[in-house]
Amino acid sequence: MRGIEKSFPGVKALSGVTLDVNAGELLALVGENGAGKSTLMKILSGAQPADAGEIVVDGVVAKIAGPKDAEHLGIGMIYQEFNLVPDLGVIENIMLGIEPVRGLFLDPKGATHAASTVLAELGIELPLDVPVRRLSVAQQQMVEICKCLVKKARLIVMDEPTAALTDREIDRLFELILRLKKSGVAIIYISHRLEELPRIADRVTVLRDGKAIETRALADLPQDEMIRLMVGRALDAHFPELPPVRADAPVMLQVAGLRRGNRVNGVDFSVRAGEIIALAGLVGAGRTEIVRAIAGADVPDAGTVTVEGKVVRITSPRVGIAAKIALITEDRKNQGLVLGMSVRANTTLAHLEQFTTRGFIDKHKEDTAANQSIAELRIRTPSDEQLVRNLSGGNQQKVVLAKWLVGDARIFLFDEPTRGIDIGAKAEIYTLMVDLARKGAAIVMVSSELPEVLGMAHRILVIRDGLIRAEFSHADATQEKIIAVAAGAAA
Amino acid sequence: MAEVQAEVKANLENRAGDARAKARRTYWTRFGIFAAVLAAIVIVVNIFTHGNFLTAGNLTNVLRQITYNAILAIGQTFVIITGGIDLSVGSLIELSGVVMALFANATGLDGVVLVLATLLVGVLVGGFAGFVNAVPVVRLNLPPFITTLAMMLMARGLAFKLSHGQPIALNSHAFDSIGTGYILSGVLAPLHLPGIPIAVLWMLALVTIFAVLLTRTRFGRYVYALGGNEEAARLAGIDVARAKTIVYMISGACAAVAGMLLMARFSSGSPNTGIGNELQSIAAVVVGGTSLTGGRGSVVGTFAGALLIGVLNNVMNLLNIESYTQEIVLGAVILLAVIVDQLRRKYVAA
Repeated sequence: MRGIEKSFPGVKALSGVTLDVNAGELLALVGENGAGKSTLMKILSGAQPADAGEIVVDGVVAKIAGPKDAEHLGIGMIYQEFNLVPDLGVIENIMLGIEPVRGLFLDPKGATHAASTVLAELGIELPLDVPVRRLSVAQQQMVEICKCLVKKARLIVMDEPTAALTDREIDRLFELILRLKKSGVAIIYISHRLEELPRIADRVTVLRDGKAIETRALADLPQDEMIRLMVGRALDAHFPELPPVRADAPVMLQVAGLRRGNRVNGVDFSVRAGEIIALAGLVGAGRTEIVRAIAGADVPDAGTVTVEGKVVRITSPRVGIAAKIALITEDRKNQGLVLGMSVRANTTLAHLEQFTTRGFIDKHKEDTAANQSIAELRIRTPSDEQLVRNLSGGNQQKVVLAKWLVGDARIFLFDEPTRGIDIGAKAEIYTLMVDLARKGAAIVMVSSELPEVLGMAHRILVIRDGLIRAEFSHADATQEKIIAVAAGAAA
Repeated sequence: MAEVQAEVKANLENRAGDARAKARRTYWTRFGIFAAVLAAIVIVVNIFTHGNFLTAGNLTNVLRQITYNAILAIGQTFVIITGGIDLSVGSLIELSGVVMALFANATGLDGVVLVLATLLVGVLVGGFAGFVNAVPVVRLNLPPFITTLAMMLMARGLAFKLSHGQPIALNSHAFDSIGTGYILSGVLAPLHLPGIPIAVLWMLALVTIFAVLLTRTRFGRYVYALGGNEEAARLAGIDVARAKTIVYMISGACAAVAGMLLMARFSSGSPNTGIGNELQSIAAVVVGGTSLTGGRGSVVGTFAGALLIGVLNNVMNLLNIESYTQEIVLGAVILLAVIVDQLRRKYVAA
């Protein structure tokens, strides 16, 4: 790709980006949210047209006007959000759009043959008789990779492929990537997890503010320098210092005997004002379900939730909000935001009564609050009228935070608050959490990133099979101890 | 730090102001283009109709003809913004009309009191039907297409049963002025103008009230939010079930008001005046730029949609186009309007 340019209303997303990748090579593409990574990849895949620049494949200038063109050129994309038909099986999904036919009818044998050839080449096993929605995230990702390969893709772009995977699944994905490289497939790999790059990447291109700042062999680019290039400044301490919890701090939230379905099986814990607690554990251990039940996103089957000494019967998110509980959900697009509404409307959505007199919305008051949030959280947006859909992922996440900060919430439940967010925004969110704690809020954070769990919590509760299996203090906790409990090795 | 924030904030507020100014400019530009195109069409049409189109009498006529559809479409707009649909409104015109006529004939009231009491009864019938539409939707997550289809059949059947299949003539003349009356005709007569039909004033009042409700109130914001992303709305503490229920009740109540005006117009409540009206109202909503997938739309747009369809019908009548051809043209125009809207959104994104 040479000199790619792209502008959106109010934003210049890419200016003169050039990058190249060779057969059998993995090029890592790193940069903060909003640096232009996703836009670049959309242009490569034909999802969006470029304003200027050209794409050269095998020495020939290629014209990519749509996804079909990209497919013919052997370019395959694996987005963070998969493009699978949930109710079709593995084979049907792999062969989607290129179904073999005999006369007028589908040829299931041919499809099975073609799909299983690819599966065998990759050496992966998948259950073939269930709809793909029943597969794990990692398995669905395998299906996506197979979809690319069955179309003879020679360049595969992966956008944050490890974001939703467990460590074990990541190992398997990386084995697969190394095998793909060996067979001559070129890979462009987008990731925020810099520590995983040495295991797979050959070269790295750093994007910042829509420009390719640097391309270097990975071996010549130490991680701290990579970070410096990404953010344009050196990051000092990764985590802010945790303020000590005052000895006389009252208990803000107490949970006793909490049960919900088969994922939350009797959970007891309490959080004091100014305290940050992390819920650690593997994906599927029941951590998300615990915080959802506390906030009323799912109604608990049994147990009590006590807020500042008063028992609250949690029957809906509304009750939770009234009890000053804020749930910052993991899935911002489906649960956190109304993408077709403005930054302003999203910011005030959960506390609209504060901006309403006799049913009418006070535009001025709303505007002031929204602009204050934009300034405080440094949300990058042309104005508060901008539709949230047009913001980058990190800025969308900040809008979700803004929504819960305009209210009077005192208990914050963060579910994977930094997933898929760049390092700069991460640091801002950590600072924000510490500020909240200092002001006396109680914070529960669900996180799959161990450094975050270790660096950002006064206490760490390790969850397995919907139960608290161990508790560590900030000082005692180590990665090894947490992993051991989470995986069920030893209590 | 605080200074920097203040500065950033001031800057943002400026930019927000600029954005709004720009939005206003684009709005007026679009309005200007719309007006210019409209004027050109009107002149051409007027020439072809030998000057029969651009007369005060004819234009008043158009407004009066779209009254019922526009009022139905207001309620339909709310439902469609939440991502739903209301197929029962045509039948509810009939049911509420029959019930109102029976009520008006049965009470000893007369005059304004009779009109208000009858309207109240009609709105209660329509609102209750809307409530019944909504309950399975919000409690069992049934598709509104099904629940309102069922209501369409039941309400029509009930209207026929109550009226024994015959229009019920009104005994009182209290409704005449609403149905056929004009105001300001005395003032306008010297200018050879016919005055403004009272039914048209009802329509304009409802458009205004519901446009304000949708754009300026908390309830209106919730309607957009739950149409845009219901789960996010629920997690933001919005009582989604309540808001949806109210929306269907508004739609039922609007149908009752339309039923009242129709009843007043014909001095009778009739069980077969509403057939096909549900689809007409959906057409007005869609032509008016409201998205069938929810989350986007406006009452004012819907009014413009109803007006456009009304003008089209009127022009074709004046040109003596036969009714079969009219339907073909109308269908094509609806399709075209939606295609243009979609293309505009795609290429003039955000």
